[in-house]
Amino acid sequence: MNMKNEAGSKDMPAAVRTDSDLVQILDAEGNVLPQASVPDISDRQLLELYETITLARHFDQRAISFQRQGRLATYAPMTGQEGSQVATSLALAEQDWLFPTYREHAAKYAHGMDLASLFEPLRGYRDGYAIPEDVNVMPEYIPIATQVPQAMGMAWGHKLQGKTDTAVLCHLGDGATSEGDFHEGLNFAGVFDVPAVFVCNNNQWAISVPRERQTASETIAEKAQAYGIDGVRVDGLDPLAVYKVASEALEKARNPGPGELRPTLIESVQYRFGAHTTADDPSVYRDESEEEVWRDRDPVDRIETYLYNEGILDSDLESEIQDRIEQEVSEAIETAEQTETSPDNIVKHVYEDVPARLEEQRDELNRLREKYDDGAFSEVLE
Amino acid sequence: MSSTASTQAEQNAQSLTLVEAIQDGLYTEMAQDDNVVVLGEDVGKNGGVFRATDQLYEEFGEDRVIDTPLAEAGIVGASIGLAQTGMKPVPEMQFMGFMYPAFDQIVSHAARLRSRSQGQYSVPMVIRAPYGGGIRAPEHHSESKEAFFVHEPGLKVVSPSTPYDAKGLLAASIHDPDPVIFLEPKLIYRAFREDVPTKPYEVSLSEAAVRRDGSDISVYTWGAMTRPALIAAENLSQSHGIDVEVIDLRTLSPLDTETITDSFKKTGRAAIVHEAPKTGGLGAEIATTIQEEALVHQEAPIKRIAGFDAPMPLHSLEDYYLPQAVRIQDGIREIVDF
Repeated sequence: MNMKNEAGSKDMPAAVRTDSDLVQILDAEGNVLPQASVPDISDRQLLELYETITLARHFDQRAISFQRQGRLATYAPMTGQEGSQVATSLALAEQDWLFPTYREHAAKYAHGMDLASLFEPLRGYRDGYAIPEDVNVMPEYIPIATQVPQAMGMAWGHKLQGKTDTAVLCHLGDGATSEGDFHEGLNFAGVFDVPAVFVCNNNQWAISVPRERQTASETIAEKAQAYGIDGVRVDGLDPLAVYKVASEALEKARNPGPGELRPTLIESVQYRFGAHTTADDPSVYRDESEEEVWRDRDPVDRIETYLYNEGILDSDLESEIQDRIEQEVSEAIETAEQTETSPDNIVKHVYEDVPARLEEQRDELNRLREKYDDGAFSEVLE
Repeated sequence: MSSTASTQAEQNAQSLTLVEAIQDGLYTEMAQDDNVVVLGEDVGKNGGVFRATDQLYEEFGEDRVIDTPLAEAGIVGASIGLAQTGMKPVPEMQFMGFMYPAFDQIVSHAARLRSRSQGQYSVPMVIRAPYGGGIRAPEHHSESKEAFFVHEPGLKVVSPSTPYDAKGLLAASIHDPDPVIFLEPKLIYRAFREDVPTKPYEVSLSEAAVRRDGSDISVYTWGAMTRPALIAAENLSQSHGIDVEVIDLRTLSPLDTETITDSFKKTGRAAIVHEAPKTGGLGAEIATTIQEEALVHQEAPIKRIAGFDAPMPLHSLEDYYLPQAVRIQDGIREIVDF
């Protein structure tokens, strides 16, 4: 697993190099590779995978355009990464838990979150973080790597309570592997042998810092060895390969074989096609030609080609799906744009009960709102 | 600022925003002293997420403007080590809300190496961090937690409110022999321009600035809240004839007790304006200092006009959370009418 890749140049994108460690099922076009074994997925599930990935791509485009119109605040695009996000979530059982970062919009949706709720924090409302009880998703983590020990802890809690049929899947980025929390979380995961799968979405860039500058390790997967757990590298732009690797890791988390430890670190090798967020301009720090190499391996195109090859998808069904997802995203935006809030919400949910001191502060604010009206509070401070 | 400073400004000045003045300040200090290095996340090729380190990488190279791995404890811990070799690290924390992994390095070591070693070792270092709300950012990007650092002996805490001060305070911080937490009010990074001398100069870390002379009440504030405080003062002067003195603390630790109490002795009334939550905020320290030093001059209760004792809300409600001119005016009138 920690074998150095001698075959290709390090300057080439990792997914493109000849790389015996990298799990792949589809080639760049979407044809099944000669030695590859396609996971056992029904046609219905394959279409669900395709439709959700397509929806995610469309969601991303709409969100970026809405941000430019000033209807959303800062948004973290996921184009190029949605295939892996959807595949990992569809590999989850309903009872499994998901720990997303701020970029895993599609992963959250594919594990049961309502599409409209994804837009709400981007519009400045916490409502979207109030995840329904029957959806096992934590609110997104923005401080880097902080979710890793917490995901470990939840998996540990399940294990201590004898509920090892519930696995925890925790997303993180390549930048997160530099934080102390990453080390501490994975170390605990190995020591306490918890049913958790950590998915490092290695999109090659932590804002402007390339993967090569993030760690001197040849791969991120090889870091798993230091924690005594399995590390797997997968082509993150190949949804079938990601589905296979995630399913196997989740199965091992629940039912490890003799001598096997439950946790796995998956390095999903991807590329951030767009900016880090809508507040960022990648042309300042990276060469656009780099992107083209990865664009040729677009996960949407690859799964589409595969489904056409298998006779599961045709142009009629494709346009039917396209219409459906466009409508779903439009409806979600409409719902999200109707969300309203009240300044009273500032003091709610800080504690289970609002302390008297905070009630006084709320009352004082409301007294001023009544006296001067709300317009007086919306003047631009700067 | 002295007349010397304004003469310089007339001779050789450029009109800069606050964030441009930070960049210019870093440039000026790096050009003067090869030991000054900038390090952090995205500070190099990208020039910083707010462009505070723009062009420094091109000018000084990758050994002095260093893109690090994404690890705040690593950045600050490494800076403490660098400082032991005679270098002057200026690490950047991308947002104040992301400083906490470095907290242990800051409070357990940067702040205490001097006292632990009885002066044998020290940590001349400036940790820069954008802070404060009002820019419609996601969660964790709008915090004002200066009180965490003010509470730690051994640290100096600085927050400029003008481009001129930004460059001068940054220079003084870099020249200072002790660790400085340099908090940049990102709401006003680009809010206005001011003439900033191209030449090196310092603004003292031990002097608060009187931004507006007044006789009826003293308003103490800093950073981005200085502007709404001044707006409130002008409004009240015109509408109610209330003469407000506005003190910009500039250095939050150690406090300039003399300027704080001198103003209060003149006015007998005080309001403290800060974005941070009211409870345990710096307002409490200022109010108590006034009580200790100038109680006999007091004519009305001292009021804090501050953020609420709640986490910073997402942006749809941040205008209600941050002290606006309307809240400041109302608070001032309440004190004056007491």
